Amino acid sequence: MAILEVKNIEKHFGSTKVLEDVSFSLEEGNALAIIGSSGSGKTTLLRCLNFLEKPNSGSITVKDEVLFDASASEADWERNLRKKRLHFGMVFQSFNLFPQYTALENVTLAEKLLAKERPDFKQRKKEIFAEIDKHGEELLDQMGLSQRKGHYPHQLSGGQQQRVAIARALALKPDILCFDEPTSALDPELTGEVLKVIRGLAEQKTTMIIVTHEMAFARDVADQVIFMDQGVVVEQGDAKEVINNPKEERTKQFLTRYSQEN
Amino acid sequence: MFWTVTQSLLGGLATTFEIFILTLLFALPLGLVFAFASMSKWKPLSKLMQLIIWIIRGTPLMLQLIIIFYGPGLWLGHNIWSGGESGRIAATVVAFSFNYACYFSVIFRGGIESVPAGQREAGQVLGMTKSQIFFKVTLLQMIKRVVPPMSNEIITLVKDTSLARIIAAYELTFAGYSFTKSDGITWPLFYTGVFYLLFVGILTLLFNYIERKLDYFK
Repeated sequence: MAILEVKNIEKHFGSTKVLEDVSFSLEEGNALAIIGSSGSGKTTLLRCLNFLEKPNSGSITVKDEVLFDASASEADWERNLRKKRLHFGMVFQSFNLFPQYTALENVTLAEKLLAKERPDFKQRKKEIFAEIDKHGEELLDQMGLSQRKGHYPHQLSGGQQQRVAIARALALKPDILCFDEPTSALDPELTGEVLKVIRGLAEQKTTMIIVTHEMAFARDVADQVIFMDQGVVVEQGDAKEVINNPKEERTKQFLTRYSQEN
Repeated sequence: MFWTVTQSLLGGLATTFEIFILTLLFALPLGLVFAFASMSKWKPLSKLMQLIIWIIRGTPLMLQLIIIFYGPGLWLGHNIWSGGESGRIAATVVAFSFNYACYFSVIFRGGIESVPAGQREAGQVLGMTKSQIFFKVTLLQMIKRVVPPMSNEIITLVKDTSLARIIAAYELTFAGYSFTKSDGITWPLFYTGVFYLLFVGILTLLFNYIERKLDYFK
């Protein structure tokens, strides 16, 4: 049974169609890579999944719960928007860490704010916060950053910042973790450490959607791949199959152009 | 004579300080409200706010003060400001708060808009509410950015308090000038200047301190 079902998503900004009839599904524990040239709609698709953009039509279902249905009313969209977002985690291209908080505070902030809504918060505040801090430290540890938990973002390298951002996204235990070109803003020598962490998450069967330009990485780490061009899904299927033996002409052209450039 | 002048100037300083502090107290939060109003997606509100800001910034503060002090009495037939010094100070604080809130709002808007959209989006995907995003993510970053322009405005406010003289509030400049009128001497004017310089000097140290305090992040 698929954990995520995306059906017929369309999105336009004014008269510009950015996404057209995008459908796919994702099994629990699988990693999906979305590839395609700039402006193909990959990032917009991720933003729709995280409800940063509202699709104009289609539906999004996670664990049999319909999170978005374009035919529903505006009020339905607004209702529980926060809760719906928690099904997805998001790692941004430009990290977007909160500069005024340490690495650990970045990871734990949202969890602590959410804890305030718990009925036992008032009585157990100290214990709850201690648990959250412990969880945050474990996540940073998992990212190889246990020595950096007290550092502020500007004191960290790009690769370290992105790993903190991954820990922050994992902290709320999302069903699906999304990456929006997680290494595109990094110096080439720093991409490896971030890709290694994502590879580790794939080995632990974390359900992920990764928008990436790292073709070799997509082929090796992802289970499925989607190739997008001009807002439509041109080809999708098994990652190795699609990247090694693309069937569609446009996919072939993209991959050839890509391998020539790199 | 020196002692008499000092005492008189200290009295004036107390009024100046009162106007200054009360104006800040009201204008800072009001400025934030105005900033949000001017950024509102509801067009009538943001347009109205922009109109108010245009009028307030486009006319002299002294003129606004005169209208606020004398206007109500002439329109309503009875003065809403209590007689004496306290009424004059109250009118001054109202006029100043409104005026400064407009200037502050523009600075605040700039500060809020200069925080990258990615910061808000990061808060959104982490399930934060709008107010959590503002208070826990945006606010401190905004404060850091607005400290330098705000220090300019606040130092200007110290000196603008001397405008209260126009409605005969006995503030620092009034106190110093009174000796020139009555005794024909000018040194109390320079002495008055020293009071302002010390006041602004302390504020400058305070702003430097705040900037240093916020230096821990970029």
